[in-house]
Amino acid sequence: MKLPAALETFADREHVFEFMARGSRVPRLDVSHNVILYLEDITVAFDGFRALNDLTLYVDAGELRCIIGPNGAGKTTMMDVITGKTRPDSGSAWFGQTIDLLQLDEPEIAAAGIGRKFQKPTVFTEHSVFENLELAMAGDKRVWRILFAKLTPAQIERIESVLETIGLKDQRDARAGSLSHGQKQWLEIGMLLMQDPQLLLVDEPVAGMTPQETERTAELLLGLAGKHSVVVVEHDMAFVRSIARKVTVLHEGSVLAEGSLDEVQNNAKVVEVYLGE
Amino acid sequence: MHTPLLKTLLTERGSQVFLGVLIVTAILVPLLNLAVPADSALHVSTYTVTLLGKYLCYALLAIAVDLVWGYCGILSLGHTAFFALGGYAMGMYLMRQIGTRGVYGDPVLPDFMVFLNWSELPWYWHGFDMFWFAMLMVVLAPGALAYVFGWFAFRSRVTGVYLSIITQALTFALLLAFFRNEMGFGGNNGLTDFKDLLGFDLQADATRIGLFLATAFALGGGYVACRAIAASRAGRVIRAIRDAEGRARFIGYRVESYKLWLWTFSAVLAGIAGALYVPQVGIINPGEFAPINAIEIVIWVAVGGRGTLYGAVLGALVVNYAKTWFTGAFPEVWLYALGALFVLVTLFLPQGIVGLLARARKTA
Repeated sequence: MKLPAALETFADREHVFEFMARGSRVPRLDVSHNVILYLEDITVAFDGFRALNDLTLYVDAGELRCIIGPNGAGKTTMMDVITGKTRPDSGSAWFGQTIDLLQLDEPEIAAAGIGRKFQKPTVFTEHSVFENLELAMAGDKRVWRILFAKLTPAQIERIESVLETIGLKDQRDARAGSLSHGQKQWLEIGMLLMQDPQLLLVDEPVAGMTPQETERTAELLLGLAGKHSVVVVEHDMAFVRSIARKVTVLHEGSVLAEGSLDEVQNNAKVVEVYLGE
Repeated sequence: MHTPLLKTLLTERGSQVFLGVLIVTAILVPLLNLAVPADSALHVSTYTVTLLGKYLCYALLAIAVDLVWGYCGILSLGHTAFFALGGYAMGMYLMRQIGTRGVYGDPVLPDFMVFLNWSELPWYWHGFDMFWFAMLMVVLAPGALAYVFGWFAFRSRVTGVYLSIITQALTFALLLAFFRNEMGFGGNNGLTDFKDLLGFDLQADATRIGLFLATAFALGGGYVACRAIAASRAGRVIRAIRDAEGRARFIGYRVESYKLWLWTFSAVLAGIAGALYVPQVGIINPGEFAPINAIEIVIWVAVGGRGTLYGAVLGALVVNYAKTWFTGAFPEVWLYALGALFVLVTLFLPQGIVGLLARARKTA
């Protein structure tokens, strides 16, 4: 039997109607101009102190970018603006060409494809390593869906493969709170991977790590670049040297210099405010 | 951990013990009351049956508080509001059942309205002559209040002690409102002098047994429902919110929706507990809204051990048994004993009695 054309969409099991589309408030990510993050003239002031001062910064799709700068340069505030925790007083922040980050809140931004790793490792300490990854998994996160959600074999396989990547296979069922500092950092990177974001914001990933752990982390992050865009904020210059292709130096809330690490290190202004100290 | 609910219930020690004891009690108590002659040593008096029924209502209320506090970190000091609203909904039905048997013999108006010279039933009393409508209200009234309250509170990201304080304010405000005669809920006397429920005489032994069984059933059902939520992925999200709310948000969970949903469910459980409580004690008055009662529930949960559900049940039973005994033997000491208990548990037994038992089993 042939259905009238108008009814055909109703018979199509795969068809997703506009009003049913998840997160319809958030348009699809579009990086056709090869830039994934646009921050333009962002200013954030706390009681008159300008944490960010006309900050303008672009990150390319698939890039691994390091951001350095002295304490108080505005690195964490910048991450807060991108993830929706802090609203800027002025300026614009776009994720790709289509998504205006300033219109969205934290869960919407996370769903749009931006993942964040905090400076202090924050994993769910009372859950097992496996459960931490399960919780971070990309997908519909509304209450009713999650209440009846069951792990599919494909999802379990995905979690196992991330466990392998972050080297925590043997700690699969351990309480996350019992992990060492370095392992917690990796678990958090693993949780970012489960979210499968387009853009990863990583805040001081090697703080407090042993040299071996630092090396392992550098490998992890390098493995991510290309498939994902990664922005790393870090103080450890040796670590930055080992991973960075392009470095941005922040100072007093705006960009002071940008380029390869060597270029930046030879920049007179940078030497004056930061490296020369 | 990733096992189906039934398997969880059958393998988890605390759930096994709790459900086992509940089922045995639900079978034995009616038998010992109805089948054993009154002069036998094994006879359970109807007074005891009702007292047990009352304790089971408290246990259900404790589970409701443990669900939000132990699993999601929302310390509610206002669950009495939902408990009492459920109780009032049931009380209104029972009042309408009295009919012409009241002191003033008015077929429609409850006695207190006749006493206040009211000529007709306020609009919100309509429908309560029907059992199904009253039962709907038992669920809807606390549920709707919790939903509206939670919607504002969680969306504004009110957490911690601030949230506890406004829950306390909520129940206190309702206490004051229900004290007023103009509210139409019987003022400070509340609703009482109930005669029968669905045609069964409330004073009859069989009705008492029926109410006891209904309460045991509600407690068992509430327990299984809470356990199911805790064992689901939503349960893991809820515990994640308790431990690191900001992190859960950055992973993409809409924290306020989870809290609101859990909070409302918990309020409905508390309302059901209240509705079962009222016909067994025979009265509902604004005293049930008292903030001190709400704090007492938190003590039950803390004493039993929070975040386990069966710990909440145990705490409710132990503390209430102690209360019954103390207020009989040394009435003036009870509040001091309660306060001391709370301090001691907080200092020495952060996991409550359940935690103590678990530790004892490990070292044994």
